[in-house]
Amino acid sequence: MNPLVYLDNNATTCVAPEVRDAMLPFLNDLWGNPSSMHAFGGRVMRHVEEARDKIAALIHADPSEIIFTSCGTESNNAAIYGVAEILGPGAKLITSRVEHPAVLGPCRHFREHGYTVVELPVDGVGQVDLAALREALLGGHSLVSLMWANNETGTIFPIAEIAALVKSVGGIFHTDAVQAVGKLPIDVSRIPLDLLSLSGHKIHAPKGIGALYVRRGTRLKTYMIGGHQENGRRGGTENVPYIVGLGKAAELAVASRAEETTRVGALRDRLEAGLLATCPDARVNGDTRNRLPNTLNISFEFIEGEAILYHMSDLGICASSGSACSSGSLEPSHVIRAMGVPFTAVHGSIRFSLSRYTTAADIDTVLERLPGIVTKLRAMSPFVK
Amino acid sequence: MWDYTDKVLDHFRNPRNVGKIAHPDGVGTVGSLACGDALTLMFKLGADGRIIEAKFQTFGCASAIASSSILTEMVIGKTLEEAEKITNKQIADALGGLPDQKMHCSVMGREALEAAIHNRRTGETAMRHLDERIVCTCFGVSENEILRIIRENVLTSVEDVTNFCKAGGGCGMCRNEIQKLVEGVVAERTQKQAAPAEAPRKLTNLQKIKLIEEIITREIRPALQRDHGDVELVDISGDRVTIAFRGMCAGCHASETTRHTLIEAKLRECVAPEITVVEEGKS
Repeated sequence: MNPLVYLDNNATTCVAPEVRDAMLPFLNDLWGNPSSMHAFGGRVMRHVEEARDKIAALIHADPSEIIFTSCGTESNNAAIYGVAEILGPGAKLITSRVEHPAVLGPCRHFREHGYTVVELPVDGVGQVDLAALREALLGGHSLVSLMWANNETGTIFPIAEIAALVKSVGGIFHTDAVQAVGKLPIDVSRIPLDLLSLSGHKIHAPKGIGALYVRRGTRLKTYMIGGHQENGRRGGTENVPYIVGLGKAAELAVASRAEETTRVGALRDRLEAGLLATCPDARVNGDTRNRLPNTLNISFEFIEGEAILYHMSDLGICASSGSACSSGSLEPSHVIRAMGVPFTAVHGSIRFSLSRYTTAADIDTVLERLPGIVTKLRAMSPFVK
Repeated sequence: MWDYTDKVLDHFRNPRNVGKIAHPDGVGTVGSLACGDALTLMFKLGADGRIIEAKFQTFGCASAIASSSILTEMVIGKTLEEAEKITNKQIADALGGLPDQKMHCSVMGREALEAAIHNRRTGETAMRHLDERIVCTCFGVSENEILRIIRENVLTSVEDVTNFCKAGGGCGMCRNEIQKLVEGVVAERTQKQAAPAEAPRKLTNLQKIKLIEEIITREIRPALQRDHGDVELVDISGDRVTIAFRGMCAGCHASETTRHTLIEAKLRECVAPEITVVEEGKS
């Protein structure tokens, strides 16, 4: 067996051992309901609130502005549904063509219910068209939902500038920061955004936990209707072990953020330079000047992504692809297509996403093995002369 | 990951007959870079008119490579008349099956083979007649191709058609039209079933056995296999046919209904009205 070389951290991350250890007491002895009127249950409430404090600290928010959810998708749904319902039919929902399906899906849902939906185009490196945003913001009350950083290419949108633009015309601004949290400095006290989604399993907490930041004073209709939990803003008994895990992960993310940009960024740069040097007809997709430090999206022309992934998987290397075949649909990635990547390179896009657990040896393995895979597949491609 | 069989993975990892033939007797190319998969198949004929060499080049996913590889093994040794009878289902079966969403890889293989044989016979490089009506403009699939795939694979829904030839899998604008084509063929099928069977009334025992075998293979097994089940013919004694369910059908709570309404009804209709079907071990 080849050792695991895990370079698919934008899909999910390993649970940090510290996170797992922090969670265990709440799966063992401390299993009470935090809302209970007895000391046994009530004593776990303190741990839920400590976790809330840590997540607030990660993005410089007030703890009262954090709502726990089950995942990033729920956070996005809750934000878009919650604001759209308040604005009412006739309102405008502005988003972009490269958003995650958890944002595009809810927006398109409201299109069928009397809302105007604008999907902003992006340029060749995946940057959103700010002129188109300015134009879309004219007239009418709007909700703008734009991602902080793209999951496929790592392209970072100028969120501070966008937030200022939206607020200057009285719009409401939500950002899907699932990929940005933990990798980039995020300070909601300096950026006038209203709502922000984050997810646990992208920052070394387990799957099944997320959070939504809601700036105090933002009107939001409750998406998950139930009990009085989260001050009535999200029904459902608190998922205590996972909330505690998310809190621990947030604490670790604060401590390791500098490493993400320096050491992880340097590894990514070495991977990129190495592959470009050894594989002809390769191109990097995304905005290399404004990009997550952990992400590399690279296309190998004339070959197909799923075949590359399966060959890499045989060697223990985990990555992902924007090709049609690997998505289960027949169309390649909507992000890659929206960027206008030439069709020779669309199906051969591979995403490597690193984490603070990535080692120099992991990168060496890819640099050693991938060029051979590319050569092998090109040798059987009818498009290589 | 896809649920690929070991055979698919073997042909993907160790593809047979990759490359080109210097002076081929037939060449067929289907698919394109834009579509996400493409296959060039070429062959050389021996003095006896049989294919002695076949090579392929594929741009595509693991199952596209595996389908191309196994196809070259299937055609070698065959005459063109034998080779052109290969169906996409036979290609998929030879691989131990393909995931539903990957069936189009087997269709691509069959199309490339047809194109290569057509090239040998006519010298033409393109198969499609210019006057053929295109239904799916995203993937360039014609009405005739869709009808053929529905008929050959006994398809019953638009999703099936998309899985088998990609049609309808792009913008989705043609899905209503495909639905109509599916409904048309399904109606055709039921009409055929309703028409009195042309089977001779008096069959010899041997004829009867052969006919029962053929009906099970052609009409019944494909339907069960599509749900990952299967049926085996165990014994025929007079008008009593004993079968055994396999795969997902074995122990399926609906297998009694399948025995009665599908298998027995079909055999009564096509072979003889006196036939009874029993499951092995049950009376």
